[in-house]
Amino acid sequence: MRTGIPARVGQYAALLAYLAFLAFPFLWLISTAFKPPRELGSLHPTWIPENPTLDNFRQAFDEQPLLDAASNSLIAALSAALIAVLIATPMAYVMARRRTRLARAATGWVVVSQAFPLVLVIIPLFLVLKNLRLIDSLFGLILVYVVWALPFALWMLVGYVRAVPSELEEAAAVDGAGRLRTLVSVTAPLLAPGIVATGLFAFVTAWNEFFFALVLLKTPEKQTLPVILTHFIGAEGVADLGPLAAAAFLATLPSLVVFAIVQRRITGGMLAGAVKN
Amino acid sequence: MRPHRLMRARRLLVLLLLLAGCTSGGGSEDGRITLRFQSLAWQEESVAVNKELVEEWNARHPDIKVEYVQGSWDSVHDQLLTSFEGGEAPDIVHDASDDLADFAYGGHLAELTDLLSERLKSDIPQRSWQTATFGDGIYGVPFLQEPRVLIANATWLKESGVRIPTPERPWSWGEFRQITEELSGDGKYGVAWPLKEPVSATLNLSLSAGGQLFHRDAEGKVEIRFEAADEVVPQTIHDQVNSDASASGSTLGSGGSDTLPGFFGGRYAMVPLGFSYRQQIVQQAPEGFDWQVLPAPAGADGLTQGVSPQTLSIAEDSPHKEEAAEFIDFLLRPRNMVRLALGDWMLPTGTEALKDPALHTAEHDWATGTALAAHLRSAPAQSVRGYPEWKDKVATPSLQEYYSGAIGLDELRERLEEDGNLVLARYQR
Repeated sequence: MRTGIPARVGQYAALLAYLAFLAFPFLWLISTAFKPPRELGSLHPTWIPENPTLDNFRQAFDEQPLLDAASNSLIAALSAALIAVLIATPMAYVMARRRTRLARAATGWVVVSQAFPLVLVIIPLFLVLKNLRLIDSLFGLILVYVVWALPFALWMLVGYVRAVPSELEEAAAVDGAGRLRTLVSVTAPLLAPGIVATGLFAFVTAWNEFFFALVLLKTPEKQTLPVILTHFIGAEGVADLGPLAAAAFLATLPSLVVFAIVQRRITGGMLAGAVKN
Repeated sequence: MRPHRLMRARRLLVLLLLLAGCTSGGGSEDGRITLRFQSLAWQEESVAVNKELVEEWNARHPDIKVEYVQGSWDSVHDQLLTSFEGGEAPDIVHDASDDLADFAYGGHLAELTDLLSERLKSDIPQRSWQTATFGDGIYGVPFLQEPRVLIANATWLKESGVRIPTPERPWSWGEFRQITEELSGDGKYGVAWPLKEPVSATLNLSLSAGGQLFHRDAEGKVEIRFEAADEVVPQTIHDQVNSDASASGSTLGSGGSDTLPGFFGGRYAMVPLGFSYRQQIVQQAPEGFDWQVLPAPAGADGLTQGVSPQTLSIAEDSPHKEEAAEFIDFLLRPRNMVRLALGDWMLPTGTEALKDPALHTAEHDWATGTALAAHLRSAPAQSVRGYPEWKDKVATPSLQEYYSGAIGLDELRERLEEDGNLVLARYQR
């Protein structure tokens, strides 16, 4: 069905408004990161800094170990994403293809596990990790991130597996492919966008996570970026706005880069025309 | 996946785990004691001073190494609570006196009376020790504090011809109300009250009028009574916003920093803020902007104000309490206390430190703030069990509604007393 020009204009206007809504905080963050203190206190703030400065970045790097923190965050987030995907993918395949009671129970567990608020689990979790000598260790934090991301990752991947028509696997079997060959050559490539999306979800969740990192890591050299960012905030919520914006801007970059690299894999319509409906 | 790819993935996983795992560890080194000092210093100068002092200590005490751990005001309570419960707390804890009650009553902090030196105990006045006294014990060393002051547009005040108050001759609350009305008009306001957190501001300033709100009986039970003296400050603010139009209603939900652009832009003549906000003002004020610090208005009890000083405590679980107390003693020697105060733009509690000439200069109005130090008392509610719940569930919404004009004084009194005492009763059974 062809859409009329006014409707099309309306659609684009709505899309543009939505984009502006989404982009506003990020653009404001960039603008703030380059403003000197005097402009931050101005009654009539401007989008483009009148006297742009890199002082906020210098101060942010001088005051806090941003590079160490970024490297810790990267190790934690990449490891958590990788492990979560490695565990969730085979589980999701079984849960999607075998409709047994166990699979249904596992699905129920996934839903229930999402209902526990963070504050409820933090102290028991702290004690468990302490007994395992995993407090103040990035490995401990990665384990927590994996467990925390796993239910939702599983949930996502089950949906992706179900979207891969089982007829394709049957066709491969008819052509003489064994179980493993079918999984590796037929199912896995079609699942790639789902795996990438799930990995990205786990990565971003771990990259942004604050509370576990705050509570579980003690040594300054091991702290992650979200924890370090709060060091720019003082008593009664007073913030050192310029350096905070500069550091927060840098902290969003890795997520943006990762997303930019993998987004084509997520949006690629690999299944288009695979089967006749 | 082909076998060699599987192997590669496995190797990568092992490598990542090793990378993560090998960074764990820590603890004390052979024979040397290591103390962990969690500091909440956050401003550039303040962090630098704290780190310098730690370095100086470490240079002089090779057997007792202090490790500087950066904490954050934003999350200190939750983080400490978890650390205490898990037995992993730092040895020396930087916090504020109004956050200590739960930790002190919960047995997480060491009682300091016998650990601290006589020099330190006599240097800090009794009224300051009271802020960190819970039950019969002292659980923190109060070392930095700040009065709430009026930061004023000096040019505006001078041109208006109003009397400029001094710590010796402050404005009364009535005079303050009258002057803010004189200064207002044409979309401009005499004052902007940033009351995002209305409870502590109201209670602390109410001490000047003799308002206690929390009354403790002989058995130690606390009762809330909103009496005539408690009405002075809230009523002044309410009338400035709702009757005189001399205070902006739009800043009632703002934090202190949010009011600064309007202050610099000539929209408000005065902003009541903590003394340390001067640092932000120095950084952000437009060139040529002339500002000054004025004492907050006085009432029946003069310039008295409630404060919750920053404190240093020792974890009960620390195996090296005496050494930790020695470090605190070093950190709070008069000269060091002054350095910490200057770094944070606050006032020291120590009487020797308060005599330092650096705190009596006219530059950035240090002298005005220092003159107020003798009037600072323990914030009225901080040792009351159940105060945080009363504040969040009863007092904050009630005061916000009162200041915005949604409810009257009688309704405010009823809510603070009746609902408030119900909350406190649960904690005092």
